[in-house]
Amino acid sequence: MRLFRHQVKTEQRLFWRSREAAVFVFLFPILLFALLTAVYNGRIEGRPAALGLLAGMIGYGAANTAFSGLAITLVTRRELGILKRIRATPLPPAVYLTSVIVSIMIVYAIQVASLFALGHLLKSTPWPSNLLSLIPALALGAATFAALGLAITGFIRSVEGSSAVLNVIVLPMAFLTGAFGPTRHYPQVLRAIGAVLPLKYLLDLIKGIYLHGQQFWDKPLAVAMLVGWGLFGMAVALRTFRWEPREG
Amino acid sequence: MSAIAVRDLKKSYGTYQALRGISFDIKEGEVFGLLGPNGAGKTTTIEILEGYRTRDEGEVEVLGFDPERAGSAFRERIGVVLQQSQLWPNLTVAETHRLFAGYYEHPRDAEEVIALVGLAEKRDARVKTLSGGQKRRLDLGVALVGDPDLVFLDEPTTGFDPAARRAAWDMIRSLRSLGKTILLTTHYLDEAEQLADRLAVLREGIIIREGTPAELTGGASETEVRYRKDGNEVVMRTTEPTKLLQRLTAEALAEGHELEDLSVRRPTLEDVYLSLTVEQEE
Repeated sequence: MRLFRHQVKTEQRLFWRSREAAVFVFLFPILLFALLTAVYNGRIEGRPAALGLLAGMIGYGAANTAFSGLAITLVTRRELGILKRIRATPLPPAVYLTSVIVSIMIVYAIQVASLFALGHLLKSTPWPSNLLSLIPALALGAATFAALGLAITGFIRSVEGSSAVLNVIVLPMAFLTGAFGPTRHYPQVLRAIGAVLPLKYLLDLIKGIYLHGQQFWDKPLAVAMLVGWGLFGMAVALRTFRWEPREG
Repeated sequence: MSAIAVRDLKKSYGTYQALRGISFDIKEGEVFGLLGPNGAGKTTTIEILEGYRTRDEGEVEVLGFDPERAGSAFRERIGVVLQQSQLWPNLTVAETHRLFAGYYEHPRDAEEVIALVGLAEKRDARVKTLSGGQKRRLDLGVALVGDPDLVFLDEPTTGFDPAARRAAWDMIRSLRSLGKTILLTTHYLDEAEQLADRLAVLREGIIIREGTPAELTGGASETEVRYRKDGNEVVMRTTEPTKLLQRLTAEALAEGHELEDLSVRRPTLEDVYLSLTVEQEE
């Protein structure tokens, strides 16, 4: 427990001190939200656009922070030899990885709070009322994307390529699942692809709870899909996660 | 008592045999050098002992642990300087030391370690602003902050300028005076000769020679005599240098000419090392 606290504190310091992480991981969804609400003034699904965009950006933030942000951090550390170096210390590997994931979830929590605050400030969006359902939903989403983030690191060979690879995954996923706007008018094929992606189910949960006053358990399919994707990520990560840089 | 005992250690990567059965012992408090050209198996050996790699065959005991299965209790007692590794560019020297100190039950005082590795003036500098030599000293400081009994140094001075190497050597000597056991790999002969109490020469996965630096050089006892005659260099090797020199100087005096550029040289570890590796190739 002492090691865990020590490492989470360290991870927080490392995150906020890195300008790239602070801008691209933390600030980017917030900036995107500000931009989109400025240009979309109409209504989405019968509600002010800002509400739908806020829910969308909270979902996109989970993927951007817990999936891309985590994966870039771990690939960078792996290739620099930092992960290998850590393995030579008494810090147990499981404590290390848990700390990294918990730390990125703290970042995400601050990001979500900032998004709600910005929405309230710019477009008078309401504060979320059902925190007892919203917090577990967001935690599940972030944990699912963190597991997938661990899994993807095994497939990313270099630090240079990591942002590109992750953007190619996250941006289309965000469009196909409706994080940036409704998908009703998308072609059938694209909607079918969107319908299997984890972000779709996180968005379902967020919209259900924040916009429709539902409870966490009112969307069992969404919860099951997120848990399934999370377990899939863990299973892949257990097989492919590496602590050492590529040889040569 | 042995800090490290290795018996008939074998390791292959696919069909490539990196280690073909090596054995050695390192006593507590000893500085042991693994010397050999690139690809000889030095890093494979040290990484098996550190617990990074599994072995195919043989027995390995490090501080009484089998490194393959050892956990935190083993890692409390070892310090590791990897051949290539970096640390967080945005932390300061002092923060990096404190971070690692936090991983151990009984760490040394971080400030003391920073002073020991000569980074006191840089304690508040970010890691990304350090020179290559300073970063290597940071690696060493981080390896020492847990107050290990055994320190692994994998090519600790590769890429250093001569002044930085001398400074690193002094530091490694000061570790020995603290009573640490040190396993050092290097492909620099002078480094092995300067630092190691005993060393093993590794080539293509086998130990071809083992002993103190003096024993290794003493084994090949030929002395080399060189001089220049009519513009051509003459090189002679002998086990009886007194007799040879007597004959050469008598002849030169009798003929009334000088032995130009005369030099008499004992074989260095380098000569031994080269002769050993050449023998192996034939």
